[in-house]
Amino acid sequence: MLNYQAPLDLAFQALADPTRRIMVERLSQGPASVSELAQPLDMTLSAVVQHLAVLEASGLVRSQKVGRVRTCRIEPTALHSAERWISERRASWERRLDRLGTFLVETDPTAKPRRRK
Amino acid sequence: MTVRNAKHATFTIERVYPASPARVFAAWSNKEAKTAWAYCHPEWPVSDHVFDFREGGREHLVTGPAGGTRHVFDAVFHDIVPDQRIVYAYDMHLDERRISVSLATIEFFAVAGGTRLVLTEQGAFLDGYDDIAGREEGTRIGLDNLDRQQRQQRAA
Repeated sequence: MLNYQAPLDLAFQALADPTRRIMVERLSQGPASVSELAQPLDMTLSAVVQHLAVLEASGLVRSQKVGRVRTCRIEPTALHSAERWISERRASWERRLDRLGTFLVETDPTAKPRRRK
Repeated sequence: MTVRNAKHATFTIERVYPASPARVFAAWSNKEAKTAWAYCHPEWPVSDHVFDFREGGREHLVTGPAGGTRHVFDAVFHDIVPDQRIVYAYDMHLDERRISVSLATIEFFAVAGGTRLVLTEQGAFLDGYDDIAGREEGTRIGLDNLDRQQRQQRAA
């Protein structure tokens, strides 16, 4: 399951750094600009931007620049579960439509010789 | 705390059945017939089932594992063209939690030897599906393990 394992590894690598954990904790309370993220951290803005890039690459955080402000937000894990939920819904329909096929064959009046005219 | 989000998705599934459009349509429009195939978990007891198949009518189904989460399906039939099309809007609840609101379009096309059925679902999938608290707990355990691993590495 390489496709699923790889993002998890990236996420754990991203979270292995204490600075990035502080950033994620801050973002779990709500979106923040890069300068807001940098404010409690004792480092340059460019170092914060580098940490942010690692978090974005891991898929844990995404950011969007509007005007001159880059706003960062956590990528809610619930989104991933929503995607799983959607594929489950689809799979559920597939199973039901297969059962409909079975039902139609089993109830086919022409397939039962005693009902033939 | 529930993380609020709405994820939108559309998917289409097609099947060809060796039955006339009238028979396939009947499997959707007749309560007894639909009960025979349409429910995700036929083994679950049904505590309530209303099936009023007409434009403006509703279907209401309450089911779920005995003593477990109630799965509640509520639909309104908006468009019914006999043997050709059914459009209904529905939502799904797990206990009190609404997890999706969808529009389902079922189209029936006569083809050689039977019917092509095209099902399209357009949905808003809400607030994730599985237990958010459980997932948060899982993440926290993961981070705790990571911390422990790092401490062990430093100690070594």
